[in-house]
Amino acid sequence: MIHRLSPFLTVMLAVGYAFLYGPIASLVVYSFNASRLVTVWAGFSTHWYVELMHNEAIQQAALISLEIAVTAASGALLLGTMAGYALQRYRRFRGRALFGTLVTAPLVMPEVITGLSLLLLFVALEQAIGWPRGRGILTIAAAHITLGTAYVAVVVEARLAAFDRSLEEAALDLGARPFKVFLVITLPLIAPALAAGWLLAFTLSLDDLVIASFTSGPSSTTLPMVIFSSIRLGVSPQINALATLFLVTVAVLVTGAGRLMRARESER
Amino acid sequence: MSAALRRRAVLALPYAWLVLFFLVPFLISLKISVAESVIGIPPYSALIDTSGGSWRLDLSGESYRRLFTDDLYVVAYLNAVKFAGISTVFCLLLGYPLAYGIVRAPRRLRSLLLLLVILPFWTSFLIRVYAWIGLLKENGLINNVLLTLGLIHQPLILLNNAFAVYVGIVYSYLPFMVLPLYAQLEKLDPALLEAAADLGCRPWQAFLRVTLPLSMPGIAAGALLVFIPAVGEFVIPSLLGGPDTLMIGKVLWDEFFANHDWPMASAVAVAMLLLLLLPMGFIRRLLQGETA
Repeated sequence: MIHRLSPFLTVMLAVGYAFLYGPIASLVVYSFNASRLVTVWAGFSTHWYVELMHNEAIQQAALISLEIAVTAASGALLLGTMAGYALQRYRRFRGRALFGTLVTAPLVMPEVITGLSLLLLFVALEQAIGWPRGRGILTIAAAHITLGTAYVAVVVEARLAAFDRSLEEAALDLGARPFKVFLVITLPLIAPALAAGWLLAFTLSLDDLVIASFTSGPSSTTLPMVIFSSIRLGVSPQINALATLFLVTVAVLVTGAGRLMRARESER
Repeated sequence: MSAALRRRAVLALPYAWLVLFFLVPFLISLKISVAESVIGIPPYSALIDTSGGSWRLDLSGESYRRLFTDDLYVVAYLNAVKFAGISTVFCLLLGYPLAYGIVRAPRRLRSLLLLLVILPFWTSFLIRVYAWIGLLKENGLINNVLLTLGLIHQPLILLNNAFAVYVGIVYSYLPFMVLPLYAQLEKLDPALLEAAADLGCRPWQAFLRVTLPLSMPGIAAGALLVFIPAVGEFVIPSLLGGPDTLMIGKVLWDEFFANHDWPMASAVAVAMLLLLLLPMGFIRRLLQGETA
């Protein structure tokens, strides 16, 4: 491409990024507002952060959400890696078309449909075999594993497609067993995709309101569910404070991952 | 372990999981959509009636009849398609120049610009929708700024209407449009544009006759990635929408959580799925063409 930005494109870039980041910036600014009214500036204050730290409902929900997200991301990493590997490496097997559909469909399936049908499954299973007993953290995690598997599989599949197989072939020629080749050669080479897939599944789980609402039980209120009901009651600066903490965490993680990646690249 | 056995082992676990937790649930929804709503736990009738010693299949088309005759559902359906469709067009109008600008930006800036498009995706969707309430409210930031500048004399109604729903969908789904477009535009060989220029094409002609046709797969992928989930959107119409922006995803939610009518909720889900089956099949082919 010719490296020249026309004035039109420069303006569009500015408009695009202002649109993407303006609302986020306003959230952060008003989290430090002394006034309860989100829109009237009444001086700098960390009052809402203090309130947030004393809000036990939010903390409880955050812990539940984290527990679900770690479980879901780990389960999705395992299943998604296997699925992505199978899709990329096994070109022909019976039921491949169905398998491909099942892997990619959760990516775009509207959440209300996934949530409702999973709930109906859990209810039917409980009636038929007595498991799961009621709904809670376990059923939400199972639902999120299904969603996350799709994302991990797509990321792993893309990474495997762009990958030099001669290293694997060399190891096989030198007498390594297939499983050892996978552990010693393949796994380290796709590690960045695995990390990205895990984080993606983790974030999706942490962020999900709809599927979790359908598959949750009385004692498993997740963070998005608490946020959603408090937004419905009205705008609260506490949510702004929570959003800011969220953003800072994401920014730190992303910058850290970027540095790590650059360091690894310069090593080569 | 033999190669065939190993393959089977790697496949079996994810395959079984997805069949159990993705395919079977839809079949159950399909089944419950033809049951009758009853008061009880669970609140739907059994399909096979074994009372009286003989088996009788008991199918009810009641939910589907209501779906097609009750205005509430018809309007919510058409609304969902309308809101998702128009939002997709706006996403494209905003996302295309953005993706094109990133591709044309200096190399050292490109990965940063791309990261900045992806970053909002990593922050909470719910919180990003919430941010717009603070901006669009009657005494929100936008109205305050416009009033202070003297551009308007009384606050505009920006929240709880169709405008807010469009803004919310375009804002939330914009990254899904930009990323496939970027991937497609990056592959475009600049020599083609130079050739077009040499042959006397003006830049806009070259854009219309070379760049745009070659970016069609990216446009299609982006449009479907926005349109399909937007049709079933629940959070945006419930937080930013109003009484005249009822969408089918919210109707499904209310049937389930407010009315406890499981068969009706299932029928809504089945009908929504039928509508989306075609675009979903299409997106799968686009995505798999990408990695194959």
